[in-house]
Amino acid sequence: MLAVTAYPIGYAVYLSLRRSDLRFPNAAHFIGFANYTTVLSSPYWWHALGVTLLITVVSVGLELGLGMALALVMHRTIWGRGAVRTAILIPYALVTVVAAFSWAYAWTPGIGYLAALLPGGRAPLTQTWPAIGLIILAEVWKTTPFMALLLLAGLVLVPESLLSAAGIDGASAWQRFRRVTLPLMTPAIVVALLFRSLDAFRIFDNIYIMTGGSHGTGSVSILGYDNLFTALNLGVGSAISVLVFVVAALIAFVFIRFLGAAAPGSTGERDA
Amino acid sequence: MRAARRTVGWSAANVLVLLWTLFPVWWILALSFKSPAEIGTDGGRLWPRHWTLGNYAGIFRTSEFLHALLNSIGIALIATAIAVSLATMAAYAITRLRFPGKRWFIGLSLLVAMFPQISLVSPLFDIERGIGIFNTWVGLIVPYMTFSLPLGIYILSAFFREMPWELEKAAQMDGATPFQAFIRVIAPLAMPAIVTTAILVFIFCWNDFLFAISLTSTQRARTVPAAIAFFTGSSQFQQPIGSIAAAAVVITIPVVLFVLLFQRRIISGLTAGAVKG
Repeated sequence: MLAVTAYPIGYAVYLSLRRSDLRFPNAAHFIGFANYTTVLSSPYWWHALGVTLLITVVSVGLELGLGMALALVMHRTIWGRGAVRTAILIPYALVTVVAAFSWAYAWTPGIGYLAALLPGGRAPLTQTWPAIGLIILAEVWKTTPFMALLLLAGLVLVPESLLSAAGIDGASAWQRFRRVTLPLMTPAIVVALLFRSLDAFRIFDNIYIMTGGSHGTGSVSILGYDNLFTALNLGVGSAISVLVFVVAALIAFVFIRFLGAAAPGSTGERDA
Repeated sequence: MRAARRTVGWSAANVLVLLWTLFPVWWILALSFKSPAEIGTDGGRLWPRHWTLGNYAGIFRTSEFLHALLNSIGIALIATAIAVSLATMAAYAITRLRFPGKRWFIGLSLLVAMFPQISLVSPLFDIERGIGIFNTWVGLIVPYMTFSLPLGIYILSAFFREMPWELEKAAQMDGATPFQAFIRVIAPLAMPAIVTTAILVFIFCWNDFLFAISLTSTQRARTVPAAIAFFTGSSQFQQPIGSIAAAAVVITIPVVLFVLLFQRRIISGLTAGAVKG
């Protein structure tokens, strides 16, 4: 496992320190941190990073709210629990590209049912902010089920007896949720947030299909891809790869260190 | 009266959930049955006026889609088989042995599975062109391994922790060799966990898009998600929307089958080990 992941990452670092433009293969040589200077002083990098972080924060926030509602429905609903649980897995398991096309066509004027609802044939995917909003919507639709299932797993661990005891003491449904359920679910919530934040940060498929990263909607993954395959600049592309890796590592570190996400894998040891 | 109101309330919630999850799927399905003339002129009707199989016939007429479908199936199956067998051995070792840094190893493997693929794309692109596996099945199976193996190890070790290992000892006391004990007692017990892991890993490989468009250049190894993105339509004067929708529906079928058949297992696999304690 180390061989197949650590070696390429190390190799990316090596590439990122070289001038390595595929259009000029013979001109490749060591240039130190020049590629990083290029990337870090470029407004495109900061814009892409901003867009990516915005998408990550907003979509994960929405997913937490919606996912909690979905988890409660799956947990408490009186009939049709199986149907709901099966249906909820569909967005999760669906190929992201398929889902992205479904959303993209839905918003395309003249073709889609959602675009038909908009006044005057507007094309929201060609405007920066509406497009980012729609990308977030597609991302939320696709990944809320995963969040909901992780939350559900935490929800079933909340003892029924505690809830009814609180009810007898006069706590309203909201108070029971707020004071009993939520605190007991905190570990599950933090783990779900960690998984989803890392996953949202690497967003690529949805953006590639829905806008291709045009109109200022590109994420850092899109930027890296474009530098590699459109600009054919392996050196700069690798520098972006390494920077994306570092930011993702920082996100994971912050969650584990400061929000007390039990390092995944260590949680189970305690009750084993 | 109160009970009746609650039933109605929950039913409404259920219907809402079903609509929210299934609507975009229905839309692409409806799109795939519209004729090219209807798409773009009907203002996005959710029910095709004239149902046609033309789009499906179109995508199977050329080799582009068939090739991609074979690539997708082959690559995902091989990657899943290798990843799950290696992960089973690794998870078995992790669960049964005590070694320093064990927790870190499991945690690390999960984090690796969650890392941005783009970080691996640029080095792999260069390495694979260097050793000549760019645009081949192997060239995609290797990167899928980097993500599916840690995922498999993580899920399986969560399952294995809860296996009744005393049974293995009991079998050996009754005279079974360690190998027999493993094959006769442990393997059957571990089977559900292994199947679950295989399904999740398969879905992961089946879904991948970034590696598929980055590490392939022709239909030789291009999988369906990548091929769809490069579709040009069955004739050059025709928008490929119908073909894309039809191809999208075809690759959704196995996923829907898995979900319908293994709903419970998928849920337990997704949440395994994530929230204990």
